[in-house]
Amino acid sequence: INNFISFHCEQIIIDNNNMQTVTLIPGDGIGPEISSAVMKIFETAKAPIRWEERNVTAIKGPGGRWMIPPDAKESMDKSKIGLKGPLKTPIAAGHPSMNLLLRKTFDLYANVRPCISIEGYKTPYTDVNLVTIRENTEGEYSGIEHVIVDGVVQSIKLITEDASRRIAEYAFEYARNNQRNSVTAVHKANIMRMSDGLFLRKCREVAENYKDIKFTEMYLDTVCLNMVQDPTQFDVLVMPNLYGDILSDLCAGLIGGLGVTPSGNIGANGVAIFESVHGTAPDIAGLDLANPTALLLSAVMMLRHMGLHDYGNKIQTACFDTIRDKKVLTKDLGGNSKCSEFTADICRRIQDLD
Amino acid sequence: MTARSVRSLSGALKPLFSNRCPGVYGAASCNQRQKSTYTPPPARYGGRHTVTLIPGDGIGPELGNHVRELFRFCCVPVDFEVVNVDSSVASEDDINNAIMAIRRNGVALKGNIETNHNLPPSYKSRNNLLRTTLDLYANVMHCQSLPGVRTRHRNIDIMIIRENTEGEYSSLEHENVPGVVECLKIITKTKSLRIADYAFRTARAKGRRRVTAVHKANIMKLGDGLFLECCKEVASGYPEITFDSMIVDNTTMQLVSRPQQFDLMVMPNLYGNVVSNVCAGLVGGPGLVPGANYGEDYAVFETGTRNTGKSIANRNTANPTAMLLASCLLLDHLKLHAYASMIRRAILSTVSETRLHTADLGGQGSTSEVVQSIMNAVQSTGPQTLSI
Repeated sequence: INNFISFHCEQIIIDNNNMQTVTLIPGDGIGPEISSAVMKIFETAKAPIRWEERNVTAIKGPGGRWMIPPDAKESMDKSKIGLKGPLKTPIAAGHPSMNLLLRKTFDLYANVRPCISIEGYKTPYTDVNLVTIRENTEGEYSGIEHVIVDGVVQSIKLITEDASRRIAEYAFEYARNNQRNSVTAVHKANIMRMSDGLFLRKCREVAENYKDIKFTEMYLDTVCLNMVQDPTQFDVLVMPNLYGDILSDLCAGLIGGLGVTPSGNIGANGVAIFESVHGTAPDIAGLDLANPTALLLSAVMMLRHMGLHDYGNKIQTACFDTIRDKKVLTKDLGGNSKCSEFTADICRRIQDLD
Repeated sequence: MTARSVRSLSGALKPLFSNRCPGVYGAASCNQRQKSTYTPPPARYGGRHTVTLIPGDGIGPELGNHVRELFRFCCVPVDFEVVNVDSSVASEDDINNAIMAIRRNGVALKGNIETNHNLPPSYKSRNNLLRTTLDLYANVMHCQSLPGVRTRHRNIDIMIIRENTEGEYSSLEHENVPGVVECLKIITKTKSLRIADYAFRTARAKGRRRVTAVHKANIMKLGDGLFLECCKEVASGYPEITFDSMIVDNTTMQLVSRPQQFDLMVMPNLYGNVVSNVCAGLVGGPGLVPGANYGEDYAVFETGTRNTGKSIANRNTANPTAMLLASCLLLDHLKLHAYASMIRRAILSTVSETRLHTADLGGQGSTSEVVQSIMNAVQSTGPQTLSI
């Protein structure tokens, strides 16, 4: 908190034209500590970011619909960029999960997860370098379920033309902007002919406008089979909601788990919220043991999204160097240092890089 | 391990042809563990079984031929009734003929039939049609690390039991409004109880300690919630087996980091597709793992990951191990255990020889070399075929 106040005071003096405002949602559990770690690192790197901290809880708005606090929504609409820590989902709280609320409020239709092997963190898979782009609003997660007769349940998977086209367009745009060579659509159209068939048709149509990028289609099971044998053959993967959920977590597992995986959610109207996808870890909250890598790499993704590639590369290099060095690793990475020591080491490296 | 064995145990239905079993069975099965009084489909015409063979597309026909060649060499008392299914015609006569043949014979060995997913929905997947019509409700895949095959993970031994007839594969889709398609995923209590029951019976029979149910009940609360409830209900009847559950995305993450923690897994159709392919990839690829589809009255054996292998068809580079191991599962189902173990031993000794590895395992061996080596291995174990 002290960090934030001093940072904020400094920025009032500096010319606001160069500073980009970012809405920061610290989250629950270990959220606040890893958020302050990220803010500290950004301060050391002198990144032109002004943090606007907001809390997100579910409140009942007029008409009985659940919504996020209006000041959070306002801040987000103005800044368009957000960084979010883990939010806890209380069971039987009567309201939908916070992540779902955010998704609905800002129409976050694309979930982007770049999975790149971290050099210092050894997993059985080296040289992983792929991006999973997952449609985030419909598909199997529409939440439409009925009990037809006692003992027979029907879940509806919804695929629409608009959503499929939108995600396909985003995937190809992303591939073009990030110098990626190919986009692979993942589907199961042999079984779900109409729904995945529609998704596939839209992807093919969009591919026509992006002739410079190679487009392939592959069955979900073939992708899974090949992914665990040779992940280097994949580049950008685009898919509907459920397959995306499974595959993006599979790829996160390849590089070391959710503690080191960045993630970004792109919404309509240019909104983008970057987040760490791990849980709130209530057992280690407040004990300075958390690993800020996931949130930090998401923040780096955010810098790249905003065009601040230099700062992004600097912070990422410092982070990877610290992990490769193996001297001050947090417990989940195999060491026994504290979060503050890990953060301090990264800050030191950033200063050395300058 | 079909439901028929359970019915026999309870004495409800005496097997009709039990006293017609020729001496051949007695010799083969007397020293096998007789866990049930299950009787295989009756052998006719001098103690030989007739098994339906559906060659399928891609590498299916050549592998089917290798199976026949090997069985002929080992003097296995099985005759194959070949039923071809042409995947390019719209009519379903071919697959209906195949289904009728399987009803007649009770057992089948099958290659994968290609589905052109660019055709309209009226053209259904032939494989799916076969599974649902014959009600082959359990797909069983046993993934184990094989000696001689180098993989990133060692000591994997996972049994995957996947519900094979409902879930996302119900193929019920409609377009209410142009541009909006709905696909129905059906989960029923009867089928969930049935597959859970099958899973726990198999776990008990094979001495498995732990059963994990894979689901996504946090999102699909009613559908997968029902599946999970059924598994818990069945688990209460098997106190010696630990039951736990895991969400499917966490499962895939755990599988690629620490697959040794899993023992037996049971799950609905789509997650089964994902998890079985991940596990097959972990132990060495689609060329090594056999799969079995069991129903109340029929059993169909095929490769575990159901690939057509179109790109490597007729090049003599396909790995025959999966299909040959599937044929051993078939022999076990027919209670021809001695033949099954003999062939299986020969296959495993060949797989451990790196110089014979086919392209999918990183080698340059050809299919025919592998099959020849298996036949040599069988021959070198002595003239056992004569005594059987």
